[in-house]
Amino acid sequence: MNINTTKIISLLFFIFSAFYLYTAYQIQVFAFDENAPFNARTFPIYLGYAGLFFSGLKLILPDPNTIKVEHKSLEYKKTGILILIAIIYGATILKVGYFLTTSLFLFASYYFLGERRWILMFLLSFPFVAAFMYLLHGILDIYLRDPFLQSIGVMG
Amino acid sequence: MIEGILIGLTTALTFQNILMVMVGCFFGTIIGMLPGLGPMTAIALMIPITYGFDPATGLILMAGVYYGAVFGGSTSSILLNAPGVPGTVATSFDGYPMAQQGKAGKALAIAAWSSFAGGTLSAIYLLFMAPSLSKVSLSFRSPDYFALMILGLTAIAAFSSKGQFLKAMMMVVLGLMLASVGQDSLSDITRFTFNNMNLTDGISFVLVVMATFAMSEALTIILKRNDPTSAAKQVSLTELGSIKINKEERTKMYKTIPRSSVIGFLIGVLPGAGATIASFLAYGMERNVVSDEEKEKFGKGSVNGLSAPETANNAACSGSFVPMLTLGIPGSGTTAVMLGALLGFGVQPGPRLYMTNPEIFWSIIMSMYIGMVILLILNLPLIPYIARILAVPKNYLIPLILFFSVTGIYVMSFNNFDIYLMIGIAVVATFLRLYDFPMPPLILAFVLGGLMEENLRRSLLLSNGSWEFLWDRTLTACILTTTILIVVWHIYKTFKRKN
Repeated sequence: MNINTTKIISLLFFIFSAFYLYTAYQIQVFAFDENAPFNARTFPIYLGYAGLFFSGLKLILPDPNTIKVEHKSLEYKKTGILILIAIIYGATILKVGYFLTTSLFLFASYYFLGERRWILMFLLSFPFVAAFMYLLHGILDIYLRDPFLQSIGVMG
Repeated sequence: MIEGILIGLTTALTFQNILMVMVGCFFGTIIGMLPGLGPMTAIALMIPITYGFDPATGLILMAGVYYGAVFGGSTSSILLNAPGVPGTVATSFDGYPMAQQGKAGKALAIAAWSSFAGGTLSAIYLLFMAPSLSKVSLSFRSPDYFALMILGLTAIAAFSSKGQFLKAMMMVVLGLMLASVGQDSLSDITRFTFNNMNLTDGISFVLVVMATFAMSEALTIILKRNDPTSAAKQVSLTELGSIKINKEERTKMYKTIPRSSVIGFLIGVLPGAGATIASFLAYGMERNVVSDEEKEKFGKGSVNGLSAPETANNAACSGSFVPMLTLGIPGSGTTAVMLGALLGFGVQPGPRLYMTNPEIFWSIIMSMYIGMVILLILNLPLIPYIARILAVPKNYLIPLILFFSVTGIYVMSFNNFDIYLMIGIAVVATFLRLYDFPMPPLILAFVLGGLMEENLRRSLLLSNGSWEFLWDRTLTACILTTTILIVVWHIYKTFKRKN
């Protein structure tokens, strides 16, 4: 059997389905529901078996359309940095507030992707976010939590 | 029906809703023109904006985005030979050669008029078909719905990615598994939450859509070093030429449009088939029915060859609304996103939608037509300028997509956990995309997961735990037989390819 990355993903999915199935069997149902034709664990159990079936088939059957990915040509560094910035953004958005974190996130993302036109970078971060906030909060009446703007008295 | 049409027109023709269709068409066109970013991404990015509107307006906005994205895809097919969406690949066969002959303006005009005519005809078909189908679907019972959902999921897996049926089915199962997280709808028992309170209400639909489409597409572009905007920079305002269509060309279009619109609409109604198959079928059929002289022109800039797929893909878009509006079962990934948004608004599409929420039902149908008119009026003269807007570098485009994704989740939950979960799912989805695991089946399964479990529950309870409900009713048995045939056929094909 030819082992390629698709097969490895299928194997991982097979293991995941087995774990899902095990967890499905552990779902606690009410005593009177235990022998009912359908309870909270019935559908997940079928899903677990379906996952095992399809990933098992993918593992066993030949793979006529093998996908080859040239890992050397992939931009892992920039992608990783972007994900890291997004995680930091997610971690600070509630505490610091929407305006400042979003503007900084955009500015930092432009920078790490190689942009160096500072004025454009600034315009497409701070004023852009302010305008977008006005659209959401001011016009569409969608609540945006922003402790920073509240602390300086800009937002009510 | 006349009353319904008037209700729809009254809702769709308000200033706010016309403005929304215009904004939707404009935004959709821009996103649709970017190769790799299709209607699903465009609609997903619009979801946070729709929170501020009532359901009808939100849906009208999304319908505008949908049509705009399909039209935008045609534009990049014609001008750049780089289809923005799979449904416009067939457009490039004759559209791009026409553009190379210095007739880009004419090709765009033919595409715009064909899309408009296809959309108009299919809106008329929808107008008559949807209420009748709604009445028929009232006779559907839980086993039929359950079987239909399985058929829909199998069909989208079969059509979504050529030769990757098993991968698509794995994505279907994964989507259903994600949908099963959280409280059971009947007993309130928590499942797969691992004592995490953030998962008690389940995983949000918007989160999954944003993660698997908007965010993972942005990450894929960076990872693969693609630049979707680079092609747009090649477009020159002076190269387009005249947009006038002469009498001979019009005569050809008059014959092509009606037949292609019927094919497009019918294919669109089928679960999972959609605009891509419709446009290829219409192109193939047109090639077979035209004269030998015209046949020779196919692939070299034929008017029929351009008009047919353009008519069909727009007609298929309208057709794909039929199962969503009448049965509550989306036939494509894009309508699945729309269904999810509707459920978020507290509206349950299905046979009773046009009785309980006639303003939504009819305003969607009416807004489709208004969307076509606006696309024609706005986009045709503005296309070269819109193409110029696309020359925004990806260094700006990607952070903006990520920003819209995070904002969508932030305004919905104000919860860090959801943002981390979205990033996590996006990273996994990006990796899966690299190996050609399709995402639309996952979304469709995620949307249908709850409904599917509910209908299976009812069916099993009514049949006292027996699986006989699968063949008790002729309709259920027919639907399931079709599903089994699709599965067996695809597994057989995999074996055959090896041999």
